[in-house]
Amino acid sequence: MTTAERPAPAVGRSHPRKEDARLVTGRTSWTDNLTLPGMLHMAVLRSPMAHARIDRLDLTAVRERPGVVAAFGAADLDGELGSLPCAWPVTEDIVHPDHPPLAADEVRHAGDPVAVVVARDRYAAADALEAVEVDYTPLPPVLDMEAALADGAPLVHAAEGTNRCFDWPLASGDYAAARARADVVVTRRYVQQRLIPNAMEPRAVLAAPAATGADEYTLYSATQIPHILRLMLAVVTGIPEQKIRVIAPDVGGGFGSKLQVYAEEALALVVAKRLGRPVKWTESRSEGYLATHHGRDQIQDVEVAATGDGRLLGMKVDLLADMGAYLMLVTPGIPILGAFMYPGIYKMDAYAFHCTGVFTTKTPTDAYRGAGRPEATYAVERVMDELAAELGLDPVELRRRNWIGHGEFPYTSVAGLTYDSGNYEAATDKALAHFGYDALRAEQRERHERGDTVRLGVGVSTYTEMCGLAPSRVLRDLRYAAGGWEAASIRMLPTGKVEVITGTSPHGQGHATTWSQIAADVLGVPVEDVDVLHGDTRVAPQGMDTYGSRSLVVGGVAVHEAAVKVVGKARRVAAHLMEASEEDLEFTAGTFAVRGSPEAAKTIQEVAFATFTGHDLPDGMEPTINAGHVVEPDNFSYPHGTHLCAVEVDTETGAVRIRSYVAVDDVGKVVNPLIVEGQVHGGLAQGIAQALYEEAVYDDDGNLVSGTLADYHVPAAPDLPDFVTDRTETPATSNPLGVKGVGEAGTIASTPAVVGAVVDALRPLGVTDVRMPCTPERVWQAIQEARARKGDPA
Amino acid sequence: MSRISVTVDGTTYEDDVEPRLLLVHYLRDRLGLTGTPVGCDTGNCGACTVDVSGASVKSCSMLAVQADGAEVTTIQGLAADGRWHPLQRAFHEEHGLQCGYCTPGMILAARDLLRANPHPTAEEVRHGLEGNLCRCTGYQNIVRAVLAAADAGAGTGADSGADTGGEAAI
Repeated sequence: MTTAERPAPAVGRSHPRKEDARLVTGRTSWTDNLTLPGMLHMAVLRSPMAHARIDRLDLTAVRERPGVVAAFGAADLDGELGSLPCAWPVTEDIVHPDHPPLAADEVRHAGDPVAVVVARDRYAAADALEAVEVDYTPLPPVLDMEAALADGAPLVHAAEGTNRCFDWPLASGDYAAARARADVVVTRRYVQQRLIPNAMEPRAVLAAPAATGADEYTLYSATQIPHILRLMLAVVTGIPEQKIRVIAPDVGGGFGSKLQVYAEEALALVVAKRLGRPVKWTESRSEGYLATHHGRDQIQDVEVAATGDGRLLGMKVDLLADMGAYLMLVTPGIPILGAFMYPGIYKMDAYAFHCTGVFTTKTPTDAYRGAGRPEATYAVERVMDELAAELGLDPVELRRRNWIGHGEFPYTSVAGLTYDSGNYEAATDKALAHFGYDALRAEQRERHERGDTVRLGVGVSTYTEMCGLAPSRVLRDLRYAAGGWEAASIRMLPTGKVEVITGTSPHGQGHATTWSQIAADVLGVPVEDVDVLHGDTRVAPQGMDTYGSRSLVVGGVAVHEAAVKVVGKARRVAAHLMEASEEDLEFTAGTFAVRGSPEAAKTIQEVAFATFTGHDLPDGMEPTINAGHVVEPDNFSYPHGTHLCAVEVDTETGAVRIRSYVAVDDVGKVVNPLIVEGQVHGGLAQGIAQALYEEAVYDDDGNLVSGTLADYHVPAAPDLPDFVTDRTETPATSNPLGVKGVGEAGTIASTPAVVGAVVDALRPLGVTDVRMPCTPERVWQAIQEARARKGDPA
Repeated sequence: MSRISVTVDGTTYEDDVEPRLLLVHYLRDRLGLTGTPVGCDTGNCGACTVDVSGASVKSCSMLAVQADGAEVTTIQGLAADGRWHPLQRAFHEEHGLQCGYCTPGMILAARDLLRANPHPTAEEVRHGLEGNLCRCTGYQNIVRAVLAAADAGAGTGADSGADTGGEAAI
């Protein structure tokens, strides 16, 4: 085969997704779709109170109800269920209370599970909950983080003697000295409101004992982490790990909320074991609002010190992070992931960070799209705007004066991360060109001058993030209990078709398509000849699963490396079959040929079949060209980009309308542009949702007021604009594909761009902040307060 | 128990159902038609949208007994003779789905929208799909897909399917 015949590479092509056929025709396998013979339905009785002592739990009446097969309280499952795990105790002296799957003596948030009822159908199980008798003695709720830390505050976990979970500092350089020599110091407080992730598929779990009666279990779960879940369920239930198979069937989104080991997963498993029958539980949306972890909920006190010409000297961050009532899988680690990102893309000499984790009587927090990094990016980008305003500088110009220049990479940030690559100049210039920055600024001035009641605002966000989680040794240093590697293996079948087995666990990201593209190019086979197997611990036995924009950077690279190994083994077989030396073979588009005599050739499919028969292999060679690879990343990856947002703010109603949004992201090399663009769109929607729409609200008693999808504003199509998206491509140098990850970029970048635009629109009126979400009421209030401060009756 | 007769995706079923049984649970749990998912419990998300005798309905907000005598079309009945509906094809080609959980409802709602307005503007598509939530796509490619399906005549012809060209390409 000549070079001219070489097919275009699959990588870099907008290949339509392999996943879609079943999804657009309804031939799906969501966990709740699954039905097994003899299957029972589990319902969970939850605490109606934020904090209470359980004085009595009586399941007598419920057990007598028709259709009810069994009911269990904590005492009934004593010894079969340990504490739910936290794998990220961020400090040695962290306060880490037990987290029982069923509360025994005390409930600590509205929705804390108290008992389970198992019945023949889902209606009977739900109905039966009303027959469970519980006596509670109310205890004081703990809702405000600062009040929770005060002396004499009521305690979430009385036995611990404190609501303070941990203190985690990071210091680099001498911040006090930097501050002392600064011409200007800007101090702000930002509040990261609590968010509810809202994957469209509610969580569900189906636990099934082996039909043979053996002490073995299959657990289907709407999870992002089948591998981690299997390990953790073995720890929690004491069932030997090899007796548990976890399957993540079709999973309808996660955004971090399914990166968890949940009480219901452990409960379904032990109840199925106890009853010897399959047990299914599916949350309702409203139940999920109490039972599925929340995100964000931090208070950020941030300060920057700079010279009069706008050079950053240092930054100080004091963070309060709400853990909620318990530490779940990576709860304490979320703000710590953010700790490294506050300096963003900027150079400075000193950085002082301190985070205090706080217990409250609310649903636990944990990973939500971006996980610590959106919060950090928000604070730094917002405070850069404030510094620009203080100095009378254009916010883009201020960023230019401080960012790491393209020629300065690799660059070790003040927080200690080594950014391998980046080109902030290129991304920003491209974004400004798309946006029409100067024209918008002119219109803004013009509207201001004529006193237009609808103001124009421009928001800027230049972000980077740490993705590709993660180098295992770094995780060790951060006290995370597991590694950050990822596994893949490739099977060349006798017919020349290919199976890629990946340890990642997609739930909307399109790995089946993307991994096929990667493998197809290396192996020289058509994309259609590759199938990707995932999400089943028996089929894909080794993996670290999907979260933190890691899948392509570690999992995709593992596929690439495994494919390279396959070609290496195949080369040896081909050389043998062609009686040539390996060095003389060229491998092009799936065919080995002797350099200079292309008529003698063996395809990789022929080699696969020859290996299958094993009739004529090199002496001593293991008869397989299959190969596996486990990637251990040497660094994080650092996507970056520049986002610009223009909003119109009606100063009479407080209504905000996004007029235009430009996102230029640099996620390194792109395997499938269609999928990348989709990830950016969705990420933007979630970041904008935090800026404008969403907030989990508790009342003074600790009830979740925004307790249903009718009360919590997930944006619909009319709430969002069309986005202009573009890319620059600065390959990562830390992996052979040059990829960086894209899952969280849009969410991380967009929130400050939007709020920054709202504040920019109102700054001439004296507004310097609007608390998220920037609802019309909040915006209007901010305008009134600013007017009152200025003595303007308006 | 009440006796109902309902035609779903071309097959007529007669069943005794509890009066309180939701249509979506009838479809999923009794008929095994799990292509229609449940996304919420307040009628907000639209994931469970189906067509009931020519109108799009959130099947979590309708009782099975109310569907007595009706003709119901779900996502599983949309392809005809192995040919995808133009909306199914457009969602695939325009990347109008990621996790796919909202997709059945989104497609059924879009089908209703295009019947009423065969050539909508992008703005009209956004407003027409207001009752259907998606958490993955930011809606942009959903809008693009609906406009592409409209261009392909999805709203004007009957539901004559499109070929599964996208499928063939994968």
